[in-house]
Amino acid sequence: MEFLRPVSLGEALEMKAARPEAVPIAGGTDVMVELNFDHRRPAALLDLTRVAELAEWSRDDSVVTFGAALPYTRLINELGTDLPGLAIASRTVGSPQIRNRGTVGGNLGAASPAGDTHPVLLASDAVVEVASARGTRSIPASEFYLGVKRNALEPDELITSIRLPKATGPQQFAKVGTRNAMVIAVCSFAISLHPNESRAGAAIGSAAPTPRRVRQAEDFLTEVLDWESPQALPDSAKRRFGELVASAAEPIDDVRGSAAYRKHALAVLARRALGWAWDAYREGERSCA
Amino acid sequence: MRVNITVNGEARQVDDVWPGESLLYVLRERLGLPGSKNACEQGECGSCTVYMDGTPVCACLVAAGQAEGREVRTVEGLASGDTLDRVQQAFVDAGAVQCGFCTPGLVVAAHDLLTRTPQPSDPEIREALAGNLCRCTGYEKILDAVRMAARS
Repeated sequence: MEFLRPVSLGEALEMKAARPEAVPIAGGTDVMVELNFDHRRPAALLDLTRVAELAEWSRDDSVVTFGAALPYTRLINELGTDLPGLAIASRTVGSPQIRNRGTVGGNLGAASPAGDTHPVLLASDAVVEVASARGTRSIPASEFYLGVKRNALEPDELITSIRLPKATGPQQFAKVGTRNAMVIAVCSFAISLHPNESRAGAAIGSAAPTPRRVRQAEDFLTEVLDWESPQALPDSAKRRFGELVASAAEPIDDVRGSAAYRKHALAVLARRALGWAWDAYREGERSCA
Repeated sequence: MRVNITVNGEARQVDDVWPGESLLYVLRERLGLPGSKNACEQGECGSCTVYMDGTPVCACLVAAGQAEGREVRTVEGLASGDTLDRVQQAFVDAGAVQCGFCTPGLVVAAHDLLTRTPQPSDPEIREALAGNLCRCTGYEKILDAVRMAARS
């Protein structure tokens, strides 16, 4: 096995072009487990922790762009105000030690349906920036996940950064697991309110072959939410939203939970998260008025 | 592969490192520092927690080559000579140790917490230790030890 140590993005892309079979490693929270357990013996590891630009971020008035190898802890501390939904989801990742190393780029690279940040990326209209020696591409999160642990990356491409609009309204994320730390989601749900566009984004995780947006449930919210003079949502509307979210899921029975449980839990998570987000929006509108 | 790491303040050079091996393996098997424990090898248990460039990480999830040029501080590097660090002393005084396997990782995690947050609340202590499993104590004595260290 070879250990490749690029110190710039250009060098990393050249190495990946020459050795497309090289496995990128940043926080190591997935790759090292596979190596430690002999599940994988790649011909080469491509260490991205020395590529400074992959751990940087920038923002303008409306958009935040952060490097694929920015650890969760830094994302939470440095970008949590602009990206509250992503910060909430990031706080549920693993443990402090894992969040000190793990990255959103790693979540995307692994493309596990249970990855914690995926539902937020979908609900918040994130764009995944990828690059190769051939050039760069911008892939909307909604087109990035192709199947169980399969994504839209070509073999010579690396995920370089993630671009998200700054939150313009409340965002929420909720996940079910056996305890509050070190848990792979049994199922998860994210909602982002976009008051400027009078709509909400919503997505589910760990409940289908890929993380997925729940468009019917989003459309329902467009019908029932009054953004100009926001009223308390009737329980019937919250329940209907939960049902529509659950109906978009195609979960499986596995060691973490049954398909029926996942559907039930998703409906509960969606109903609650909508309530939290909408109440926060109403509260914000009242205090502005 | 050759790897240069500063471990507990001392520059160390290690040869014949297999590129897929972990920092934990280098520390334990090549540098003779068995304080960091090898248990789950998947970041679940926290018993291999060490500082790398001042940040607590699971040494089992750091590829040896990623530690090149970095500063690593293990549980062996916390005491000054025969004087235990206050977190170590508090673990002894509180009886926070039974089999002792999880202890080094918990000590490093608690040490980091008190460095960042000198007077942590109970929820902050629980959150900071959420990545460290102990199967003996039930955690109560460990929480006592962290509170004690914060007072000392």
